[in-house]
Amino acid sequence: MGETESDSFGYIKNLMKAFENINELEIENVTIQAEELSFLIQPIMTTVAEGLASSKLLDVKRLIDSKFTIPLEKFSGQISEVQIGSTKSEGGSRGRIVKIGGAKTMPFYSFEFENQNRPAFAMDIFDVPLKLAKMVRVHYEDVVEDPAEWAKRCVELGADVVSLNLISTDPLLNDTSPKEAAKVVEKVLQAVDSPIIIGGSGNKKKDPFVLEAAAEVAAGERIILNSANTDNDYKRIVKAAIKHNHSVIAFTPMDINNQKKLNRMLLNEGLTKDHLIIDPTTAALGYGLDYSISTMERIRLSGLLGDEDLQMPILSPASNAWGAREAWMKNDELGALEYRGPLWETITALTMALSGADLFMLSHPASVRVLKSLIDDIRGITAKGKDVDDWITCLG
Amino acid sequence: MSEKASLLSIYKLLPQTNCGECGEANCMAYASKLLERQKNPEDCKPMFKGTKYKKNLIKLIELISPPIREILIGIGETTVKIGGKEVLYRHQLTFHNPTVIAIDVSDTMNAEEIRSRCIFTEKFSIIKMGEELKLNMIAIRSASGDPERFASCAKLVSEICRLPLILCSLDSNVLKAALEIESVSVQRPLLYAANKDNWMELGELAKRYNCPIVASSHNNLDMLISIVSTLESMGIRDIVLDPGALLEGGQIKDTINNLVMLRRAGLNKVKSTRYPLLCIPAAVWAIENNDKALTSYRESIIASLLINKFADIIIMHTLDMWALLPVITLKYGIYTDPRKPVSVDAGLTQFGIVDEKSPVLLTTNFALTYYTVANDIEASKLNCFLITADTGGLAVEVGVAGGQLTAAGINEIMKSSDVTSKVKHKRIVIPGRAARLKGEIEDVTGWEVMIGPQDSSEIKTFLTKHWEEK
Repeated sequence: MGETESDSFGYIKNLMKAFENINELEIENVTIQAEELSFLIQPIMTTVAEGLASSKLLDVKRLIDSKFTIPLEKFSGQISEVQIGSTKSEGGSRGRIVKIGGAKTMPFYSFEFENQNRPAFAMDIFDVPLKLAKMVRVHYEDVVEDPAEWAKRCVELGADVVSLNLISTDPLLNDTSPKEAAKVVEKVLQAVDSPIIIGGSGNKKKDPFVLEAAAEVAAGERIILNSANTDNDYKRIVKAAIKHNHSVIAFTPMDINNQKKLNRMLLNEGLTKDHLIIDPTTAALGYGLDYSISTMERIRLSGLLGDEDLQMPILSPASNAWGAREAWMKNDELGALEYRGPLWETITALTMALSGADLFMLSHPASVRVLKSLIDDIRGITAKGKDVDDWITCLG
Repeated sequence: MSEKASLLSIYKLLPQTNCGECGEANCMAYASKLLERQKNPEDCKPMFKGTKYKKNLIKLIELISPPIREILIGIGETTVKIGGKEVLYRHQLTFHNPTVIAIDVSDTMNAEEIRSRCIFTEKFSIIKMGEELKLNMIAIRSASGDPERFASCAKLVSEICRLPLILCSLDSNVLKAALEIESVSVQRPLLYAANKDNWMELGELAKRYNCPIVASSHNNLDMLISIVSTLESMGIRDIVLDPGALLEGGQIKDTINNLVMLRRAGLNKVKSTRYPLLCIPAAVWAIENNDKALTSYRESIIASLLINKFADIIIMHTLDMWALLPVITLKYGIYTDPRKPVSVDAGLTQFGIVDEKSPVLLTTNFALTYYTVANDIEASKLNCFLITADTGGLAVEVGVAGGQLTAAGINEIMKSSDVTSKVKHKRIVIPGRAARLKGEIEDVTGWEVMIGPQDSSEIKTFLTKHWEEK
């Protein structure tokens, strides 16, 4: 310990001593040197204020019995419930369906409300092979050429929903026609009995036609069309969804006002609230996830407070986490890549779940497995584990 | 900021002399900085002189003190500041005082292990967007239960590193032994923890050594605030709340509920709840599990969950970089100012010394994308032009997928920034993730498009290999 520190500590100690006898203290006799004490001044000053306000201290011999009152808040709004997939009796052919939404409070505030619907997990597949992070690719290497087999693999790995992206329709890639692309949708629907999401290539001109063709071949299956946005012909997408009883994802780039505007536009086209899911953009951990947290929390709070244009379940494509270099880049200093990648995706998704997301898109099998069990833990579904009240000693 | 604080209510308490000593133009400007917590009461020097403003100063401090008490642990430049919270959601203001991360050591570890854990913790440093991300404290556990052993362990730690300490034992004799060592007590360590059985002895220690203290109760909030109000009535003010390490299986539900309820009550200014929260992800190591990697993995996820749900201090055990990196990255993100714009201005930036042959690169105006690229360019000391396209604040991949990064948009910014007059060539390097725009950009701009790397860390290698040879 250097001499300067000792000196300054002595000074602080004296100051503290002075404050102990707070009632006698004349503040004008202490010239507080703000520069020296910038760290300490605020708590000390709070102590001054508190000390002056409080009465004489008691000689405490017994524990003072106090009760904690649970601070409840009442929200007037509720998030709508969306069913993904439909069974035979409902006009589809799915063996199982998924229900999301229904929240009445912020996520997992179960002291206020227990949501019966747990967040659901979709896994991404593509109609043509594409460049995937090595840690993801190894799990699908033998099926990337065959979307039907790839879909089956995802279901085996625990996916609640399969998210098929028809990227080959991109005019700059294979320029597959909507009709041809829709055949892959049929194949996937036959290969698995899980609900599905159909995405386009991101081409704003062509996507509405691709999604329209997909909606037609999947009539009655209550799939999700991904996505309608302000730049594409959303009217065409909504029309196809209504005609064939599907739901629509409304995508906006991290902006609550645009999201509200788009939702209103889609509802005005006749889409009902139980057929609309919103995607306000999920950025990767370390690359803007904090913006996603705040956008999502604002949207969810607005919905709960009664804004009907924002009362929809939220989609989080957390597989975006693989865009972060920490997730895929080989770098010995950053430690084992085989853990780093899935952990990056898992923590991105977990953070979004805590901010309001109801449905996820993920790439890595470990992310799905870990998140499913963690969400069960958070919802209190799993058995309570062993009490750890002796962590001080039992860690060795 | 407390509900009653308003610009005018703060202004009324100030000297209103517009002396400018605080660095602001006038008292009203200073009041608005106080409201935003960008300035502190001590910046108003006249208020600290003489008796004239004494009453107003006390009122001012009361008025602007955050609902959750701000507590300092340690001394000198490694001092940590916890609490000071004012909101439940970061968009409502901003989260102050990032979660403090402590790494544990125990008195049953050998000196070499203690030394290496302390040095790892103190030296830990990651630079992200120009900011240094660090680990902040050492938690010393009394695993042996032996006062002498604990004291010598604490002494060793205080000699090895200068990080603030948490002394962990439920036995007051053990804690007292460590506090009797000057180099330990001088640092004002955080005492862990006062519970329903030992509160009196630990409370006395906290008073005697003027240390902050943790109040702990295992999943019993009635008991927790009973302990807190008792400590308060003993005259202790720096208290930290520990609702118990409930981390296994369905216990996590209780953990989240407890943290949310405590923080909400504290923000509502409910007595005995207005304190920072402490959580112990390290406790996952107490559950039998032979797979170290799996346990680190679990600890990393639990720590992330706790940072998301208001933890002000967490104690961790893992030293695996891959497990710490996402936790510390998350903490950094959550505690940035949410009012910071998501996008930077579109346009042309020069790096280093440029001439008419310098390469031209492209990126988007999403702030994090731009700064990542700019940092990589600066770090590799490249001389080049960087065109920042307006994607409405979206990253490259999302921008291409969503149609915000387009050939037309790129053409527009190239024209308006007059890059054509600055270089003699007509070649542009686009991000690897925008590869599919190559044809369109070439058609619209008439420039040759080179597809750059997937990640900007590889720009230098790419340019050396592909740009120079042309």
